[in-house]
Amino acid sequence: MAKTKPAESAVIVSAESEATPAYVAVDIQDALIEARDLSIWYSKKQAIHKVNLKIPRHQVTAIIGPSGCGKSTVLRSINRMNDLIPYCRTQGQMIVDGEDAYGPNVDPVLLRRKIGLIFQKPNPFPKNVYENIAFGVKLHYQATKEEIDGVVTSALQQANLWDEVSGRMDESALSLSGGQQQRLCIARALAVEPDILLMDEPCSALDPVATAKIEDLIFELKKDMTIVIVTHNMQQAARVADYTAFMYLGRLVEFDRTRDLFERPHEELTENYITGRFG
Amino acid sequence: MIPRSRRRRRVKELIFVGLFLVSIAVALATVVILLGSVVATALPSLRPSVLFNFASFSNPDQAGYAAAIVGTLWIVGLTLLFSLPLGIAAGVYLEEYAPRNQLTRLLEASVSNLAGVPSVVFGLIGLAVFVRAFGLGFTVIAASLTLTILVFPYVVITAQEAVRAVPQSIRDGAVALGSTKWQAIRRQVLPAGTPGLLTASILAASRTMGEAAPLIVISSFSLLRFLPDGPKSPFSVLPVQIFAYISQPPAFHGVAAAGVLILLFLLITFNSVAIVVRNRLQRRRW
Repeated sequence: MAKTKPAESAVIVSAESEATPAYVAVDIQDALIEARDLSIWYSKKQAIHKVNLKIPRHQVTAIIGPSGCGKSTVLRSINRMNDLIPYCRTQGQMIVDGEDAYGPNVDPVLLRRKIGLIFQKPNPFPKNVYENIAFGVKLHYQATKEEIDGVVTSALQQANLWDEVSGRMDESALSLSGGQQQRLCIARALAVEPDILLMDEPCSALDPVATAKIEDLIFELKKDMTIVIVTHNMQQAARVADYTAFMYLGRLVEFDRTRDLFERPHEELTENYITGRFG
Repeated sequence: MIPRSRRRRRVKELIFVGLFLVSIAVALATVVILLGSVVATALPSLRPSVLFNFASFSNPDQAGYAAAIVGTLWIVGLTLLFSLPLGIAAGVYLEEYAPRNQLTRLLEASVSNLAGVPSVVFGLIGLAVFVRAFGLGFTVIAASLTLTILVFPYVVITAQEAVRAVPQSIRDGAVALGSTKWQAIRRQVLPAGTPGLLTASILAASRTMGEAAPLIVISSFSLLRFLPDGPKSPFSVLPVQIFAYISQPPAFHGVAAAGVLILLFLLITFNSVAIVVRNRLQRRRW
C-alpha cells in the first residue's frame, strides 16, 4: 500500500495544475445537486478532473459528451453507485440537498433511496412484474398486501405502463419488450418516491417508439422531481433537457440552458462536438 | 501460397470425428457392461427381503439392506442440512464480501485443494475430531459431520459459481433502490442463483451417498439389526454394506449387486428431482 501512495498524490498534483475552468453561462440559484471540485479515480487512472456543476431543482439536466468522457461516472457519484466499483476513489464534494453525499455521516443506502437510477440496459429483476415494483417498497417498509398493491398500481400508472401490464402482473418481467422493461425499471424507482431521478443513457438500447415514450415520461415526471439524464444522443438532450452540461475527457467544458448551448456554444470544443466534428 | 488439398482436409475431419465417436463408445460400453453385469448378478437376489430385511452373513436369502437404506437417508439428509448452509454462506462470502486480495486468493486455493484430498483422510479427521474429541462415538451425527467437511469444498465452489453467474446489473438494480448489500444478495442474487445452488446440493448428495472409505474408518456397522432412528444412533450405510457383502462368500454377491442397484436408484431419484426443479427455475432467466 505504502508503495502506491506517492504515485497517487502525484496524479492529484497534476490534476490541480491542469484544472481549466468550465464555461458556465448561467448561475443556478436553486441547485439541488452540486459537484464541488469533484475528482474521481479508477485505480490510478483519473476519470474526473475537478468538476464543478450545479444541477437545478425540478428541471431536467442533460450531461452530454463523447464516450469515455466521464458523464456516467459523474452521474453515478450523485447516488454513490461508484462505491460498488472496486478501486474507485472520489475526492471533492457532491452536495445533494444541502449535504455532502460523501460526508462522514452519510449512509449511502439511505441516500440512494431518495435518488432513483435508471440504467443503460433495462435490468428488471428475474421475477414477475409485481415483484419487481414491490421489491423497493418491501426494502423500506413493513407494508400490508393492500398497501403494496396500491404502490405498485400507482407506480405503474406514473410510468405509463399500467395499461400494458395490468393483466400481466404475474408474468416474468423478462417477457416484456425492451421499452416496457425500461419503463418497468422507472416504475420500480418511482415506487420508493425519489426526489431525484438519474438516467444513464436510458434509451440507448431502445427503438425510436420506445424512446419517445420514455421522453414523454420524462416531461411528466419533471413536475415532481429533479432529473439528470446522461445521453450521447444530442437530439435527445435538445428535446428533453432544460439545461445541458458538456463534458470532455473528464472535465466539464460548458454548462448552459439547453437551447443556448446548442445555438450559441461559447467553447470551441462544444461547438465541434454538437456540430458533429468529433464524437 | 500452396492451396491445401480439400480431400486431405475432409479425410482429417473424418478421422477426428471417428476418434470422438470411439471415445464416446468406450464410455457408453463401460456403463452398459457394468450395469449389465450388476443387473445380471443381482437378478436372482431381487426380492422384497433385500429392501426390508436386516443384514445377515449367515443366509444370503435372508440378507437385506433395511438398516443401510435408512442409515444412508439419515446421513445424506443431515449432511445436506449442515453442508448446504455452511458451504453456501462461505461461497457467498468469498464471492460477494471478501476483498480481492492475496489472502482471499489463498483461501480460495485452499478450498480447491481441500476438494482434492483423498476421502479416507476425512475419515481419519472425523475419527479423531468428531468420534473421539467430541465424544460423539460411532453415530449418525459423527458420520454426517465427517461427510459435511468432505463435501464442503464442493458446495463452496459450486455456490461461488452460482453467485458469480448472476449478472452484476441485478445487484446494481437492487442497490440503486436503496437496498443494503445483504438485502440485494438475499432477495435477488440468491433467488436468481437457485438453479446453481441446486447443482451444489446434487453434487453434495451424490458424494455423500456414494462415499464408503471415510465411513469404514468411523465404523459403519455391517450387521446392524435395527433401523437407525436418530443422530445418536449407530448406523450402517449402503456403500459399506455392499462392500461387506462382497467380502463374504460368492453366495452373497447377488445381494451385493442388488445393493448397488438400490444405491443407484436412490441416487438417480434424488438427482432427477433436483434437476427437474432446477430446469423449472431456469426457464425464467435474465
